[in-house]
Amino acid sequence: MEYVVGVKILPRTEVLDSQGRAVEKTLSHHGFENLSGCRVGKYVTLNIKADNEDSALKEAEKVSEFVLYNPLIESFEMEIVK
Amino acid sequence: MSMRIGVVRFLGTNCDRDIYKAVEWAGHKPHWLWYADHFDSNDVDAVIVPGGFSYGDYLRSGALAAKAPVMSDLVKAADKGLPILGICNGFQILCEAGLLPGALVKNEGLKFVDRWQALKLENSCEHWGADKLQQTQFPVAHGDGRFVIDDEGLKQIQDDGQVWWTYQEGNPNGSVADIAGVMNKKKNVAALMPHPERAMAAWMGSDEGLQVFNPQ
Repeated sequence: MEYVVGVKILPRTEVLDSQGRAVEKTLSHHGFENLSGCRVGKYVTLNIKADNEDSALKEAEKVSEFVLYNPLIESFEMEIVK
Repeated sequence: MSMRIGVVRFLGTNCDRDIYKAVEWAGHKPHWLWYADHFDSNDVDAVIVPGGFSYGDYLRSGALAAKAPVMSDLVKAADKGLPILGICNGFQILCEAGLLPGALVKNEGLKFVDRWQALKLENSCEHWGADKLQQTQFPVAHGDGRFVIDDEGLKQIQDDGQVWWTYQEGNPNGSVADIAGVMNKKKNVAALMPHPERAMAAWMGSDEGLQVFNPQ
C-alpha cells in the first residue's frame, strides 16, 4: 500500500522565529487583536510504500531525522494524510 | 609552503571562482572537487567549501549539500585531521554535516545583509593564518547568517576556544554572542560567514583576506 505521510516542521520555541515574528507584526498592524503568537515552518508530504500505517510512520521518521529537520533548531510532527 | 587546496562546487555555489583565485593569489594550487564525485583526501592538503546557494537553499541552507557524495569523504577527511575552511554557505553546509557546532538560521532582521563588517579574532586557527589580523573588516553577504546554539553548547565552545571570529561594531544578523565564525574541537575545521576572498587586494577595499588563505 502507498501511504501519504505529512511532516510538520516548526522552529523550536526557544529559537527566535524571525519569520513568525514578522508575520505576527503585520497581522497585528492590520487589527487582528486576538492574535498572540505566530510561528512559520514547513509542511512536507511523503509518499511511502508500506504494509501498514505504523511502518509508513517509521519510515517517515527515518527520513525526517536524516534530512528534513535539524534538531538544533526545529521540531517535527507526523500524521497520516492518506 | 604551497599547498594543493580542494575547492568544492555544488550546484548553486557562486563564490567558487573567487575562492579558486584567492587560493592562487595566496600561492597555492587549487583543485576542483565536484559535489557528485568522491575524492581521495590524500590528493589534497586542505579543502575549502565556498559560499553561494547550494541546492537553492531548499529545505534549509546547506542541508541538502551536506548529504552530497563529496561530503561523505569530507566528513571522513575531517576526522583524520584534514584542514577544512567553510565560508558563508560553506559554513552552513559544515554545520549541517555535523562537522561544526550550532546551526545558521534566517537573519534576525529578515533582511539580506551586504556590507563591510568589522571583526575580531577571538581564537586563532593554525590552519588558516589569520593570526596576524586581530581586528579586520571583511564583506558579509547573507540572508541566513544568524548563528544559533543552545546555552550549554555556547558555554562549551567558549570554554574550548572554538569561537574563531566575532562581529564588532554591530551584529548584522542577531548571531548568539556576536559569533561570526567557529571551529570544531580539534580546530582543523573552521568556518565564518564573512567573505575573506572578497578582500584580496587594495582595489577591492582591503587585502587582509589574503592572510586567511596563507596558513602559518
